Amino acid sequence: MNTRSERKRSLQGDTITLSHGSGGKAMRDLIDDVFVAGFDSAELNTLEDQARFDIAALAAYGDRLAMTTDSYVVDPLFFPGGDIGKLSVTGTINDLAVGGAIPLYLSCGMIIEEGFKVEDLRRIVQSMKQTADAAGVRIVTGDTKVVHKGAADKLFINTAGIGVIPAGIEIGAHRAQPGDVVICNGYIGDHGAAIVDARGELAIENTIQTDCATLSGLIQAMLAVCPDIHCMRDATRGGIATVLNEFAQSSGCAIRIEETRIPIRKEVRGMCEILGLDALYLANEGKVIALVPAAQAQAILAAMRAHPTGKDSVIIGEVVAEPAGRVILTTGFGGDRIVDMLVGEQLPRIC
Amino acid sequence: MKYVDEFRDPEKAKALKNKIAQLMDQLPYTEKKPLLLMEFCGGHTHTLFRYGIQQMLPNSIEMVHGPGCPVCVLPRGRVDDCVILAERPDVIFTTFGDAMRVPGSHKSLLQAKADGADIRMVYSPLDALELARKNPERQVIFFALGFETTMPSTALTVMQAKAEGLTNFALFCNHLTTAPTIQAILDDPDMHIDGFLAPGHVSMVIGEQPFEFIPERYQKPIVITGFEPLDILQSIYMLLQQIVEGRCEVENQYVRIVQKQGNHPGLAAIEQVFELRDSFEMRGLGTLDDSGVRMRPEFAGFDAEKKFHVPNLRVADPESCQCGDVVKGLIRPWQCAEFGKLCTPETPMGALMVSSEGACAAYYNFGDLPELMAKRQAHLERESAA
Repeated sequence: MNTRSERKRSLQGDTITLSHGSGGKAMRDLIDDVFVAGFDSAELNTLEDQARFDIAALAAYGDRLAMTTDSYVVDPLFFPGGDIGKLSVTGTINDLAVGGAIPLYLSCGMIIEEGFKVEDLRRIVQSMKQTADAAGVRIVTGDTKVVHKGAADKLFINTAGIGVIPAGIEIGAHRAQPGDVVICNGYIGDHGAAIVDARGELAIENTIQTDCATLSGLIQAMLAVCPDIHCMRDATRGGIATVLNEFAQSSGCAIRIEETRIPIRKEVRGMCEILGLDALYLANEGKVIALVPAAQAQAILAAMRAHPTGKDSVIIGEVVAEPAGRVILTTGFGGDRIVDMLVGEQLPRIC
Repeated sequence: MKYVDEFRDPEKAKALKNKIAQLMDQLPYTEKKPLLLMEFCGGHTHTLFRYGIQQMLPNSIEMVHGPGCPVCVLPRGRVDDCVILAERPDVIFTTFGDAMRVPGSHKSLLQAKADGADIRMVYSPLDALELARKNPERQVIFFALGFETTMPSTALTVMQAKAEGLTNFALFCNHLTTAPTIQAILDDPDMHIDGFLAPGHVSMVIGEQPFEFIPERYQKPIVITGFEPLDILQSIYMLLQQIVEGRCEVENQYVRIVQKQGNHPGLAAIEQVFELRDSFEMRGLGTLDDSGVRMRPEFAGFDAEKKFHVPNLRVADPESCQCGDVVKGLIRPWQCAEFGKLCTPETPMGALMVSSEGACAAYYNFGDLPELMAKRQAHLERESAA
């Protein structure tokens, strides 16, 4: 058996060059020194072309596999409270978690622009490893490509994830029904605002931290209290407005939310005021919107508030029958307005 | 968020809403023959929709959305001019984000950017000036747009560029003047507006005097209005008080910002850099006298129209597009045959559907679309029956 210690090579130079993607010795050095050493998982250490799983072990978690993929192109790569590496792990884990799945394995594909600093790559890999470890997820297979200067912007990451859905859990956007209660796990818009802030174009004095966090622990705690959660999605690009519209359209119900109950930090509100943005459409990277049966709402809320990523959880609205397929906001001012899907982009490249 | 929340107090809103209803009871207007109040400024249009203010007003008041959204009144040909300037290989073209998606005859600036033009979104003309300093080998053009609100900042930026001796910075000047635009609305025989909410930020620069002709010559009341929802409700209440009492004057609701004489340093900067154009084309309103400004000859070196070849194209809107009638308040956005059909925020035919301050985008984004479409169908059937 080949062990990593026999094969280990170290990477030469401070920057990534085209030779690191050529399939030759330099690429081998990069994989060994940065990725295999950095991710340090049993599956990856075998250096086979694929990760292999024991089916019986997976079946112990539940009765269905869940799989998802997402690509990460955020600019800048490092921002207050996170970086592209952390984001690429939390984002894919969260996409599994909101389906009720227990996330288990991730793949990692990297597209690197030549000239990228090795030091930054190590930081990002370390961040991925820490985030995955904390969520009990292993990065088990990967791929690296290096492209010419200008063919990609610094670094793009793709991760795919596999998880298992326990028996009896049926979460789906079509399941919203009148009487359901809308719960959100805290302050919205932090990630979108943090990225605008981190670009430094506005010279705003406050530093806004991203909310980038894995939601799998919180969601498992919610499902432990109430396995019959009807709808659940993480509100990433397009914000909570987009997720609520997806629920309303899939189920044919209406969703009413109240502006005064939606938690928005004053720094984020301030930025929205200055730039004319709407926090309902700002991206989040650690926010889940759940539609739950009214009878269990308080128990779920209590379980959420007991969890670190759910301590600011609140009820923000309810599902009603009419007007079918629409989301309505009661403004703090006392009027009502429709909250539609976002058209166009509020901001470029936020995740 | 201090200094903002007190202008969004729902209790105060309720009190004003009741006072407005009481005054309307003393006036003869009905849902079928409503009192027509125009909010000139797109910022006000946005606030009306964002806070659901229209539903708080009695049915006997109809808000007519005016042309005070600078991108919305930009003629199609001007967008084409922008694209031509932006596509020059030596040029970095800078613009506020709102203008990026406004359609020209062939493409928008966003499409031109995708095709390879170097177009950058900026938050201030000073950002454009900084680009000029950093890229001495490139020509940086700033797309100067807006009514008097934004004129002082562009004027000061050009003065700064001149003081630094920069030779690679220019304005493509499309600034507009408010008073002649309101006059065009008042002179239009099709229009019957009973009172105006005057734009607060424009007034902060120009003061009250430029609006005095409105009560004096046209006997219409006008109230200078701030941009928070309570500002708007209070200004509507002040307009109604004038109408009930038979008064007709320029009143200032936005006293926390607007001084009677305007802002002297701002006006001085405008005076130094800009002069009135004889006439300027505004979408929907046609060519209006004195409605725009250009740069004075002393600043010719910073004037993109002098420095580069600008074809000054005149391009008619597509025939079915009724942006002009919407801008003038002759029809409501949903009454346009293309609203929500061929013209949506994803595929806009005109700027009104693009800008966050555009009336059509406001109806589309914040209104109940199925209900509006049904209303439109009924309207079109009535039209064709007539």
